[in-house]
Amino acid sequence: MTHEPLLTVSDFSVVYDVDPPVEAVRNVSLTVRRGEILGLAGESGCGKTTLAYGVQRLLQPPAVITSGSAVFHDASGTDVDLNTLDAQQMRAFRWAKASMVFQGAMNALNPVLNVGRQLGDVFSTHRPQMSRGERAEESAGLLDLVGVGRDRLRSYPHELSGGMRQRVMIAMALALKPQLMIMDEPTTALDVLVQREILEQISELRHQLGFSVVFITHDLPLLLEISDRIAVMREGRIVELDTASTIYHHAQHEYTRRLLGSFPSLTGDRGAFVRGTDGTSEQGSVVTAGEASR
Amino acid sequence: MTTLELKNVTKRYRIRGAGDILALDDVSFTLTSGRTLALVGQSGSGKSTIAKILTQLERATSGEILLDGKPVPRRGRALRRYRQQVRMVFQDPFASLNPYHTVRHHIERPLLLDHVVPREDVEAEVVRLLERVRLEPGTTIDRRPHELSGGQRQRVAIARALASRPGLLVADEPVSMLDVSIRLGVLNLLADLQRESNLGVLYITHDLATARHFSDEIMVLNHGTVVERGLADDVILNPQHPYTRALRDASPDPERHFSGTGTTAETRS
Amino acid sequence: MRFFLRRGAFYLFTAWAAITINFFLPRMMKGDPVSAYLQKNQGKISPEAIDSLRTLFGLDSAAPLWRQYLDYWGLMFSGDLGRSFSKGLAPVAEVIAGALPWTIGLVGIATVIGFFLGTSLGALIGWRRGSRADAIVPIATFFSTVPYFWMGLIAIALLSSTLGWFPASHAYSKGARPGFTLEFITDVIEHGALPALTIVLASLGGWVLGMRNMMITVLDEDYVTVAQAKGLSPRRVMVSYAARNAVLPQLSSFALSLGFIVGGTLVMELVFSYPGVGKLLLDATTAKDYPLIQGLFLVITLAVLAANILADVAYAALDPRTRQTEA
Repeated sequence: MTHEPLLTVSDFSVVYDVDPPVEAVRNVSLTVRRGEILGLAGESGCGKTTLAYGVQRLLQPPAVITSGSAVFHDASGTDVDLNTLDAQQMRAFRWAKASMVFQGAMNALNPVLNVGRQLGDVFSTHRPQMSRGERAEESAGLLDLVGVGRDRLRSYPHELSGGMRQRVMIAMALALKPQLMIMDEPTTALDVLVQREILEQISELRHQLGFSVVFITHDLPLLLEISDRIAVMREGRIVELDTASTIYHHAQHEYTRRLLGSFPSLTGDRGAFVRGTDGTSEQGSVVTAGEASR
Repeated sequence: MTTLELKNVTKRYRIRGAGDILALDDVSFTLTSGRTLALVGQSGSGKSTIAKILTQLERATSGEILLDGKPVPRRGRALRRYRQQVRMVFQDPFASLNPYHTVRHHIERPLLLDHVVPREDVEAEVVRLLERVRLEPGTTIDRRPHELSGGQRQRVAIARALASRPGLLVADEPVSMLDVSIRLGVLNLLADLQRESNLGVLYITHDLATARHFSDEIMVLNHGTVVERGLADDVILNPQHPYTRALRDASPDPERHFSGTGTTAETRS
Repeated sequence: MRFFLRRGAFYLFTAWAAITINFFLPRMMKGDPVSAYLQKNQGKISPEAIDSLRTLFGLDSAAPLWRQYLDYWGLMFSGDLGRSFSKGLAPVAEVIAGALPWTIGLVGIATVIGFFLGTSLGALIGWRRGSRADAIVPIATFFSTVPYFWMGLIAIALLSSTLGWFPASHAYSKGARPGFTLEFITDVIEHGALPALTIVLASLGGWVLGMRNMMITVLDEDYVTVAQAKGLSPRRVMVSYAARNAVLPQLSSFALSLGFIVGGTLVMELVFSYPGVGKLLLDATTAKDYPLIQGLFLVITLAVLAANILADVAYAALDPRTRQTEA
């Protein structure tokens, strides 16, 4: 990992233009470095997904980007300001430079097209010169790479388990060898054993291929284990951004500490709510106060 | 003192064209007042089947379910009395509350149906129950579910479960749909209520960490079979069965990660 | 494969049930209009025709019921549906065969056009939700809510009587000689254009609205966002991802409306004096022509069944999930 930037987001704001307007992302600035895993932690409604969609310009009305820029520092040395691309250029940029993996549930794959078609789609759009046979071969190779196996090329999403579907999504995200992969709650719907396998796979692939990852989840313990750096988001702002170790040991912001405290430690005593003492109801009321602000 | 006993319970689902599926295979355990038992398993392990059997939404294929030594009645008044004693808290507080009814209505109904208190005391009892789940009665009693946050809705569901003054509570993933920062609050509330009323609680979950801190004992379920059971700390800190160990090692645990003594494979490069 | 076998068995059963009900219905009717008619027209009807009518309507009460039932099936397989009282004792099968092509040709083509046009329009409007294309929705809905006969009469008054663009009634000109000549075909198309146009207009609103609403639902699905994130062209996202899924619920309604084609659109056939099945059924009812009524019921039932089979096949082709064998 280097400190060389891959994506610089500055002063980025998104507003949902409803009545009254909702400021979903407020003046966010952050840098994703080449080759790192950047964790984006926060609870539902904190703006983490909106930020990711906003950078890829995937937001639908009534969401409006009201300020800021996202500059992609391509491996070729040219800088691309994503806000200046027209629709055609933006489509060419998507997936080729920055791909996305969505939540592992059924819904991220088109239920009526087989896996091969959905992988092939990427090639026929971005590499129109490829022949049908080359596309099939490339898709098969991708399925082998993520451990699903090429014999699943003709399978439909409903014929695959949740873990397999998520691997197919990852295979798809790898198709064009992007420099950045944005993963939005990629393992939340999966069982822990499958989740662990997939995390290990992502880690291994990143080793091989050298892409950066923005990993979005509410699961802070998970992020602490897999991320190089973590940004904690709340109410549209990044309240703290630091290395995983610093966040864990020396969190500065009160909210980060509260989020950390929300996950009792599996094997240690940290964050445990103490059974059989009177301290618990007090903590309960603190949490209620936070809940009210939701 | 209430005791619910499952003896050699087996549940088989007959699926057309695919033969039998064994959802539960010879499961036995006892739930007693004043104790919290966690039932830990992944999706498809059979933990929801146990919840359905305990609430008599499903019948066991074989085996016995005894409440204070007597078999669980199958219908009628006796089944009502059983359900009064064994209450459920569900995973999704939005789906389990009727969107058309106010908080008052939700809590009043079991009070009136089960004649818990005289009619004239019902209002006071609703207020008392709301206070027990740490909700401000004045501001919540006339609200409808959509006007409440997820955590508040789950508190209403808990108050409703407590209305008939049950001895046992079955909580099926009670916090997994809630935002992370309010989960502990709800679990702490359940723990407090458990102590205050000497409840027996069955905490059904996929999360090992909360299971460990919330319960006295843990039972690990895999493919319908109990693979391990024991005191909470023992099961998590010193698992005996390979499956329990695999589950533990796969669960995120920053403490182990940063101390570097863990058994987890390093996933960082 | 299992799926097709099970569906096949289901349809065979339904067909059997429909035909069996058709067998029992006249046997449960009070009175005996058919014997009365036969008596009145003694000597005009051939003995074989009388035999088949007796079997169809259960007049040979001498024979045991199972015997009657077997004979009835024999008639069904030989295509003998009896003689029509009101059409000069012509075989019912022939009378129906004379009206069927007109109905299937006109109403069938119009229904299919309405479906494809409405669904495509709906897909487009749903895709561009919130744009000016939304204006089409109230217009299309308007045409499907005005009473059909009224729209038909207005169309005749405007496009036929006033502007003289289309003939106002009948399937072809009086003097035309039916046959596969260019002249005759053009004539038929000219006569069919106006009724077809009104049917398309009347059915459009439902298809547009249904498809538009499904599109809007489907556009919120993750896989549509994924398709966009993949950088696919908007056209591809709209067709292969959004519309491809949104069209599935439309298919069942389409199958239903295909089934109703054979029933004919009575009002249309009356307004345009079109010689279709609907008009035939009306004539048969007013003339108390029981053999013809019974034959028409049978044909309509089988047509609805056939349309359902078609929908099943289409569904299986378009939605892989229905092909799934139970796990």
